[in-house]
Amino acid sequence: MAVIPVDRKPLSFAERTYMPQILSGMKITFKHLMAPKVTMEYPEERPAIPAGYRGVPTLVKDPNGREKCVSCQLCEFVCPPKAIRITPGEIPPDAPTRHVEKAPQAFDIDMLRCIYCGLCQEVCPEEAIFLQQQYTMTGYSREEMVNHKDRLYELGGTLPDEHYKWDKKKAAEEHGNAH
Amino acid sequence: MIAPAQPDLVTVNIDGKEIAVPRGTNVIEAARLVAIDVPHYCYHPKLSVVGNCRMCLIEMGLPAVDPATKAPIMDPASGKQKINWMPRPQIGCATNVSPGLHVRTTTPQIKDCREGVMEFLLINHPLDCPICDQAGECKLQEQATQYGRGYSRFVEQKNVKPKRTPLGPRVMLDDERCILCSRCIRFCKEVAKDDVLGFIDRGSFSTLTCYPGKQLENNYSLNTVDICPVGALTSTDFRFKMRVWFLKQTNSIDTESSVGANTVVWSREGVIYRITPRRNDAVNDTWMADSGRLLYKQVAAPDRLSAITVQGAAGTLASAAAAASTLFQAGAVAVVGSGRSTVEEQFLTKQLAATLGARVSLVSRVGQGDKILISADRNPNLRGALVTGLIDTLPSAQLAALGAAIEAGQVKTVVAIGEDLAAAGLTAAQLAKVSIVYLGTHANATSVAAKIVVPTLTVFEKAGTFINQQFRIQKFARAVPGPAGASDDLAALSALIAAAGGAAIAADLPAIWAQLAAEVPALATMTYRNIPDTGLLLDGTPWSALPFVEGETLHYKPAAAPALATA
Ligand code: SF4
Ligand code: SF4
Ligand code: SF4
Ligand code: FES
Repeated sequence: MAVIPVDRKPLSFAERTYMPQILSGMKITFKHLMAPKVTMEYPEERPAIPAGYRGVPTLVKDPNGREKCVSCQLCEFVCPPKAIRITPGEIPPDAPTRHVEKAPQAFDIDMLRCIYCGLCQEVCPEEAIFLQQQYTMTGYSREEMVNHKDRLYELGGTLPDEHYKWDKKKAAEEHGNAH
Repeated sequence: MIAPAQPDLVTVNIDGKEIAVPRGTNVIEAARLVAIDVPHYCYHPKLSVVGNCRMCLIEMGLPAVDPATKAPIMDPASGKQKINWMPRPQIGCATNVSPGLHVRTTTPQIKDCREGVMEFLLINHPLDCPICDQAGECKLQEQATQYGRGYSRFVEQKNVKPKRTPLGPRVMLDDERCILCSRCIRFCKEVAKDDVLGFIDRGSFSTLTCYPGKQLENNYSLNTVDICPVGALTSTDFRFKMRVWFLKQTNSIDTESSVGANTVVWSREGVIYRITPRRNDAVNDTWMADSGRLLYKQVAAPDRLSAITVQGAAGTLASAAAAASTLFQAGAVAVVGSGRSTVEEQFLTKQLAATLGARVSLVSRVGQGDKILISADRNPNLRGALVTGLIDTLPSAQLAALGAAIEAGQVKTVVAIGEDLAAAGLTAAQLAKVSIVYLGTHANATSVAAKIVVPTLTVFEKAGTFINQQFRIQKFARAVPGPAGASDDLAALSALIAAAGGAAIAADLPAIWAQLAAEVPALATMTYRNIPDTGLLLDGTPWSALPFVEGETLHYKPAAAPALATA
């Protein structure tokens, strides 16, 4: 095999002082020191989330504090990875929302399964489940990664309501053509 | 009610398809035969026709004849007999076929009619589907999608009616959802023979209610829930428990009595949620008793046996068989089989008894028949024990002979298969005198007294066949897996047969059926797979002389009259 000797060029004087290299490096450093910063001190600082972002699915209440989910189980049915598990229940006949009749006894979303597809939000006939802006879910165990009903309401909070469907229903019952 | 099929057929033309159907069939049923759906609410094949929902409107025409000469009038264009179409639509449920009847179900007029009827039905119907238990099996939902207009023009206020009115202990009424089809009323009057329901008030105020001082509490009340086309009637047991689209349906048989009503078991992930009837026109039509719908509760009952025990200590099927083998070697064994076991289990019980040379007793269970779907004989498979040859005379309710044999010291070991010996009349002292091997599902006095206990499966957890009062063999499938610790009845029996020194028998249905067909003349040429879903009628004449305790039920008349036998 042919051997190709490569000659090492001798360093010039300027090169031997290392100064030009140090200075050009400092130039880049100072340029970035002055430039507006692009990183963020996460988690103290958080980015603004654009509208329509699909974060963690949550359950919401209407502005009157009524739990909107009626445990129709459509989201459980539609969820592609079967992340949702609902135990339906009856609202006791002495509760103020008894005319709604049904509410979930238990509502679990397994965030290790959820693929954030948003189908549950899309299918919900009561506008009770929303993928909101929460995007971090962490935990030390599998159990911790399952959001139970209280946690889902805590994450979801209250959203404005356009319909007040059940309040209208109650008003009709009280003043309408009931007989 | 539709008249039973008669041999004289008439040819009708439905949407251009010719079909010959028995005279007396109505247009809905005739159209079903050519796979044309005539939507309907109030019509039910097993109830009288009232024609009050108007959903089944069709266009009908009859071949034209000259009024004077009765000669057919021909249509010169097509060369066929001219059809005189009626200008107005007719209801299909109350239109019985006649020769040459022509029916159209797809014309613009019929489309308009259906949209109109749907619109009126939906005017006062609440938008309740998310909380309504009927969603998923609701005729109103289905037909609104298929035949409705698709949007609402109703701007007035909807009617408000009571939402939860208990009609009886097991049935809840939501007045707003009722479409006044009167199926429930007709069912109570015509099938349950307990006329308690009726409508009061008029127009949009019409309401379903019980007659004053009465309740819908007969043992067939839940059938009204099944036939209610909407979610107006709901079962208090199943209400708000689970959506029907999650439930797996498994064909099963009601074990309450020898009628053997066909049922469907609805389960999800090994949990049974409800039991409903399955149509079998030769046995139970489309009905079943309320009591049979609660039987699934035995699956998770607190007294369910869950572990094999040998002399009180936990064991395995092998150790139980080994212990049984020691008992069997001493001889003097008696076997108590059961009219609640399946045909296959009874066949293995017979093999066990034959291997042991043991005498077999069964326990009869007799109650009051209700002339509908509960017969006097409360054993679902007494006929199976006769057909398989496990017994050849009818059993009595008390095991008096066995008791006497125990007293006399002729019996040292009793193998009890699913029967509580104490309930069958053996005293505690008698039970203490013998070693008991108990195969059963639930704890009772016998399981407490038994030396060896092998927990077995309920009817919902295994597959098999029962032979009902008509000698109709009907199969059922496994709906849910059995609890940990319970053994399959067939496996347990075949382990006992091996322990008794008999030839080992594979504990699966095809293998046992191969043997059954070979050894039981009445079942020759049959396999488990070939039994149709509606059962197969066997020849019961070899046993017709036996004095069965049976009264009349929906599709069974006891052939008890001696005049009949001699005729
Ligand atoms: S976002 Fe998609 S995957 Fe996640 S719970 Fe909803 S339906 Fe299921
Ligand atoms: S969140 Fe919506 S879709 Fe899911 S069960 Fe509740 S009401 Fe139904
Ligand atoms: S309760 Fe149901 S079955 Fe009875 S009339 Fe109303 S809709 Fe018909
Ligand atoms: S089904 Fe014919 S009128 Fe109701």
